[in-house]
Formats: sequence, structure tokens, C-alpha cells
Amino acid sequence: MGERMEIRLSGSGGQGLILAGIILAEAAILDGKNAVQSQSYGPEARGGASRAEVIISESSIDYPKVTKPDILLALTEEALMKYKDNLKPDGVIIIDSSIKKPELPVKIISLPIIETAQNRTGKVIVANIVALGALTTATKIVSKESTEKAVMDRVPKGTEELNKKALYSGFELGESL
Amino acid sequence: MRKELEKYFRTEKLPHIWCPGCSHGILTGAVVRAIDNLKLDQKKICIVSGIGCSSRAPGYLNFYTLHTTHGRALAFATGIKLANPDLKVIVLTGDGDCAAIGGNHFIHAARRNIDITTIVFNNSIYGMTSGQYSPMTPKGSYATTAPYGNIDRNFDLCKLAQSAGATYVARGTVYHIPQLIKIIEKALQHKGFSLVDAVSICPTYFGRKNKMGSPVKMMEFIRDVSIPIKSAEKLSKEELAGKILIGEFYEEQAPEYTEEYAKVIEKSQEGD
Amino acid sequence: MSSKARLMQGNEACVEGAIAAGMRFYAGYPITPSTEIAELSAEMLPKVGGKFIQMEDEIASMGAVIGASLTGLKAMTATSGPGFSLKQENIGFASLTEVPCVIVNVQRGGPSTGLPTLPAQGDVMQARWGTHGDHPIIVLSPSYVKEVYELTIRAFNLSEKYRVPCILLMDEVVAHMREKVELPDPSTIKIINRKKPDPSIVNYEPYRDYDGDGIPPMASFGEGIPFHVTGLIHDVTGFPSTNAKVTEALITRLMKKIYDNLDDIVDYECISVEDAETVIISFGSTARSVLRAVHLMRQEGHKIGMIRLKTIWPFAYKAIQNLSSAVKNLIVAEMNFGQLVETVRASAGGRFEVSGLNKFNGELITPDEVIAKVKEVMGRA
Repeated sequence: MGERMEIRLSGSGGQGLILAGIILAEAAILDGKNAVQSQSYGPEARGGASRAEVIISESSIDYPKVTKPDILLALTEEALMKYKDNLKPDGVIIIDSSIKKPELPVKIISLPIIETAQNRTGKVIVANIVALGALTTATKIVSKESTEKAVMDRVPKGTEELNKKALYSGFELGESL
Repeated sequence: MRKELEKYFRTEKLPHIWCPGCSHGILTGAVVRAIDNLKLDQKKICIVSGIGCSSRAPGYLNFYTLHTTHGRALAFATGIKLANPDLKVIVLTGDGDCAAIGGNHFIHAARRNIDITTIVFNNSIYGMTSGQYSPMTPKGSYATTAPYGNIDRNFDLCKLAQSAGATYVARGTVYHIPQLIKIIEKALQHKGFSLVDAVSICPTYFGRKNKMGSPVKMMEFIRDVSIPIKSAEKLSKEELAGKILIGEFYEEQAPEYTEEYAKVIEKSQEGD
Repeated sequence: MSSKARLMQGNEACVEGAIAAGMRFYAGYPITPSTEIAELSAEMLPKVGGKFIQMEDEIASMGAVIGASLTGLKAMTATSGPGFSLKQENIGFASLTEVPCVIVNVQRGGPSTGLPTLPAQGDVMQARWGTHGDHPIIVLSPSYVKEVYELTIRAFNLSEKYRVPCILLMDEVVAHMREKVELPDPSTIKIINRKKPDPSIVNYEPYRDYDGDGIPPMASFGEGIPFHVTGLIHDVTGFPSTNAKVTEALITRLMKKIYDNLDDIVDYECISVEDAETVIISFGSTARSVLRAVHLMRQEGHKIGMIRLKTIWPFAYKAIQNLSSAVKNLIVAEMNFGQLVETVRASAGGRFEVSGLNKFNGELITPDEVIAKVKEVMGRA
């Protein structure tokens, strides 16, 4: 892994991407690394394009914003179109399989994230956790153990089993590559 | 001054700055007499004021005294009372200070029912800035900023306080001092937000602008237009025009803010 | 990994720091991007026996904070630009009456309602001169989440020590970002409490400089000594005065208690300035972009350094004056149209070329923009 990894999680507001970003950053800290998480949001609490950014590094992090992502997750076409163009040359884009795979000069991984959330847990709302699991195993940016602990620490009481199921389904998606 | 009242005053600060004929000194005396009658602990009383003639009163009084910014006395007082609920907090304010620039703080302090007694020295005019109309200046009166007569309608501060949530509301005047002292005593004993609208006179500005004559004549005028609330019930709207209703308007026992917050503290610490 | 390492938001670190410093009263009014500070204070303060109140407006919040501080509680409020404007009246009151309090301003784009969710550093001058009249003030600016924690504690300490309102001037980036933080053991944190009157004092005068350090000891309402506090110019007894000598003595003491202690108050970090030909001055989140640019340009062999201000006011004049004559250019990077640059220019006294790197579109200055500016300035030289 490079000195400084930049990850952008994008989709629509309400998909829980900021929470996913927070969990990813916490997993990195559990791995003993430094992490910064930030977000951009408009005035609307739901809908619209939403993005969370995470920077993970072995050393201290100066500039706290993502400029050229190493990893882009896009759960909606709108988000993909908005953020697809400025990745690092060896970057990777993970898209939901509902999005038409675009022609781009970087590696693109298409995974049935939303469909898996629906089929395996019956709840689309945990697509963010499925995505996080897939991203973890597909990129190895954080360890599975840390991601699991971070998820369990953050999700609301009473939803642990649901989220665990979502996370494991995500792990499998990433491992299937 | 009665000898036993001297301890409540910073006598070295007297004489006061108020004009000859101004009744704010009488009101200040009434506040002190009420405190003395109740034998309240002088070292547990904090008096807060805003800006204006009335708001100079705390400077003469020997308590913890705070002379704040214009209209903000109740905001400071709220911080004091919540921070130290053991203090008896009294706000002395004027009609402009309380009802104009401080109007928002006034309605919200009343809404919270925080245990503060607010006594408004209501002389219907901005005295300190020399005679501009206030929200309590009667419609049609003259002021330096109403040279053709005031077209603003005036507040009924008691109605405003009651509808905002105050749990003790009364009005007295500088002419009816024994009654006013009793009202202030009740307000001080009341748990919750209490308002005393104390009608005062300003001979220098309101009196002269409105050709009301000497301070004595102004006091007589107040005597003549004041009606006890009970008597007012039998009068028609026309008969009530221009009258000052005096007495106790409203009283209820309701949860007090700092006591409610004490419960918040308890609740937050449960299960720790 | 330390067991205490955790991901923490800037606004969260502010509340954690405040409570560690002894904050036991918070009054505020909701405003983006500072609201999390109010929310977390509402949750945490009662747990330590403290008080939280959401006031009817920003003006009232500032008043309540001063009232609470007069009873002896350490008190704080937080806001953003529009609310900061409203608080200025009572910040002036706190300055003149020397009531310790901490005001957090999480800066957003302005003027007016501006850009509520986007960062800016446009309140630099307002933080210094927002309220009317000559007055003392201390303004701190954190760049990291951990530093938010540290500087919030420092804000309380300086405020208590010098009896002065202290402003924590954050920006939206540092307030909303989450970052790895390891909180120190509470027993290792240095806490300063306001100086109380010596019990041997008879006839306590609340504004007498008993110790000759310009800082009168402060009694609290409710402690048994009645005293008067007014926003009018006052003599040592606390009562109003219009006497010219009294006025001059009071204002002089207010200013001197800060300006005689610059070495204790002013704090900044010099990075790679020893041999630098170009030095960039910055603060808040912008300083992190500058730091990245300095690293990248040093790798390319450019002689570039930076001064990161942790206190903005009083200004670190010495930091500028101490720069060696090898320095050719000073650049002031700030997310505004050019505010601190004028103070830097005055401090430079013509020794260095001073120029500004300014951005005021709601976006953080990027390292690339810093590099471009440095190259432009070097090319000019």
C-alpha cells in the first residue's frame, strides 16, 4: 500500500456513505494507521449527490482532502459521472452492477452491491455496509477484522446481526473477484 | 430613609442621578422594602439591569449587582440563575429596555418559567436618551421622536407576559406604594418567572412633552386613571380607555426551569 | 495502537477539550457548521453536573455565558459568522468587565448568510476588532482535530488567567473532519483557574490591580462579597466614572495585561524556515495545504518554509521579525480576500516582499495552488 491512500465513497444522500466513511476510517485506526474522514453535503438531508472522503496513511496526514482518489466507490450513475475522471492512473473504481460499466482508463470492478443487500438481508438500507465489506476485501485497504469491529462499534444497538450479515455478504463479493 | 434599610444601599453612591420629580427612587425604595419585609438573605440576592434610567438602580443597591447591555438583562440573569440556582435573581429594567430591545429575551424568559423576578420601571418613555417613544408610550402621546403624536400602539406588558408563560403577573404604580410593595413581595416569593409592571413617571421628558404639569400633577394623574382589576370587570371598553389596571393579573404554580434542569442532570447520570 | 486512539470530529474534540478544561456552562443557538458543539455539550455537560441552555438568540447566549461566568463557572458558546456578528456586543462587555469566557467561531463563507456549509477564514479581522472600542482579545486557530482539543483547553486557560474573552477561531474543514486523536491522560493536562481575591483583603475592590500584574482577582456572585459590574467605564471599585485619568488607566491596563505577556500567549510553529527563501504564513486548515506544498517542494529542492500560527491575535510579530535576511518572499495563505496579509506586511516593515494567496469561493486552498503561487513569486524575484 502506498504512503497515502485516498478513497472517495459516493452515491445519493441517505445511502449511508458518510457512516461508511467513518467506519472505514475507524477500521484504519484499528489497523494502527492514521486516517482523516471528511464529507461534503448540501442543505438537503436526503437525496442529491453525496460523498464521503477518507485518507489513510502510515504517517501523519497533512492536506485533509482527496484530490486524486486511489479508490472510488459509486453507488449511483450520477455519482459515477461526477467523480469518475480524476482518479490516479493505477486507481480503481467499484461500481454497483445497476450502473452501466463506462469506458475508462482505470480498473473498474462492477459488483451487485444493492442487489446483494436486498437479496441477502432483505434491506436495501444496509447497501453501505455491503459496499464497505466488498471494498475491504477487494482492495485490502483495511483488514477484515478491523472493519468488522468498526462496524459493530458504530451501528445502532439491535441492528448488529443485520449489519454483520451485510458485511459478510460484502466480504464475499470482494473475495469472489 | 429608615435606618434599618440603609444596609441595602451603597449610601456612598447617593445622591442618585435621577431627575427631580422622577419616581424611580420611589420604586427602588419599594423593591428594598419588599426585600426587607421578607427578610431575604442579602448575600443571596443578585440584581441585574440593562441600560436606561431604571437600569442605574442596581448601582445604588448593596447586593451582587450587574449592569449589562441594553435589553439583555434577562439573558445575563438567565445565565446567573441557571449557573447558581441558590441566588435570588431580580431584574430591574425599563419599558424600552424590556419591551423593545429586550422583548425577545423577555418572552423567552417568561416561556421557560425561570425563577427570576422582573420589575419594569415603566415610565412610558426613553429617559436616558432624552424622551423618545417606547413600546409602552400610549398611542397619541408626544415624544421627541413623535413630534406629531405617537402612531405606534403600545404593549400591555402584563398580557404579553402572561401569554408568553409568566406564572406571576401584576401591575402597580408609584402612587399606590403599599400595594406595590405587597405585589413585589409576592413576586419575590413566587417560584417561577414573575413580572411586576411598575408604572412610573418621567416629569422631565414625558411630562413636559405631554404638558402634564408638575410631578405632583403627574402622580395625581396616575391616581385618577388607575382602576383595580376587580372594578374594571364591570366597565365597558369605552370606560376603560386610557385607564391603568392595577393588581394581580395572573398566578399559577408550574414547573420551574432550574428545577427541571436539575432533573436533566439526574437523568443524564442514571446508569453511570 | 494506543487504546485511547479514536476517530474524532473537530467539533467533538472542542467539547471534549472544553470539559477537560473545566467548562461547566454552555449557552448557544443552533448554527451550521458549529451545531455539533451545542449538541454534544447538551449531552455531556449534565453528566459532569454542568449546565446547558439553548437560548433564544445569539445575543442572549453570549449574555448567559457572561452571567454564568460571573457566578464562577467556566462558560463557553459556539457559533458561526452570522452569530458571531450578533455576539460582538456582549463580547465587548466581557472584554471591559474582564469576565472569562470562550467563544468558538466555526467560520463559514460570508458575508451575511453566505455559504453555510462551506469553509472560509473571513472572520480574522472581525475576531480582532468585531466589537467596538479599544479592547483586548485572544484568538486561537487550530489546524488539526487534536489541536482543536488542545487549543480549546488553552482558550479556557488563557481566558481564566488574563480575564479576557478568548476566541477559538476554527473553520468548517477542521470542525467537520474526523481524524485520529489520542486524548491525553486528564491528570497530565494543565488547567488554569481564575485568580480569586485573597481572603485577607478587606473592602474588596473588584477592579483593583492588587498584585501589580494587571489582572485583578475575581470574586464570584454568591460567594458573600457584594460587588458591582458594569459595562460603563469604571474605576477600581467597579462603579462608573467619566474621569479622564480613570478611563485612561483602565483601557491601558486592559491592553497591557495582554501585550505585556505576548511571550506567554503567542504560539506558532516554524517549519523549514532556517534556510528558506520563501516563507508561507498560514493558519487553520489552510496550513495543512501549505504543509503539503512545503513537503513536496522541499523534495524538489526548493528553499521553502512556513509559519503556522496557533494564535492569530495577538499577532506573532516576533515570528516575522526573527526571520533571517535570507528570506526574500513572504506569502500569506488564507481563505479570504486578504485580511491577515496586511498585518504581516506591517510586521515585515519592508524587509520582505509580502503577497497573499487568497481563495474565497468556499473551497479549501489546495497544495497545487500553494505551489503555483510560490513558483509565481519565485519567478518574479
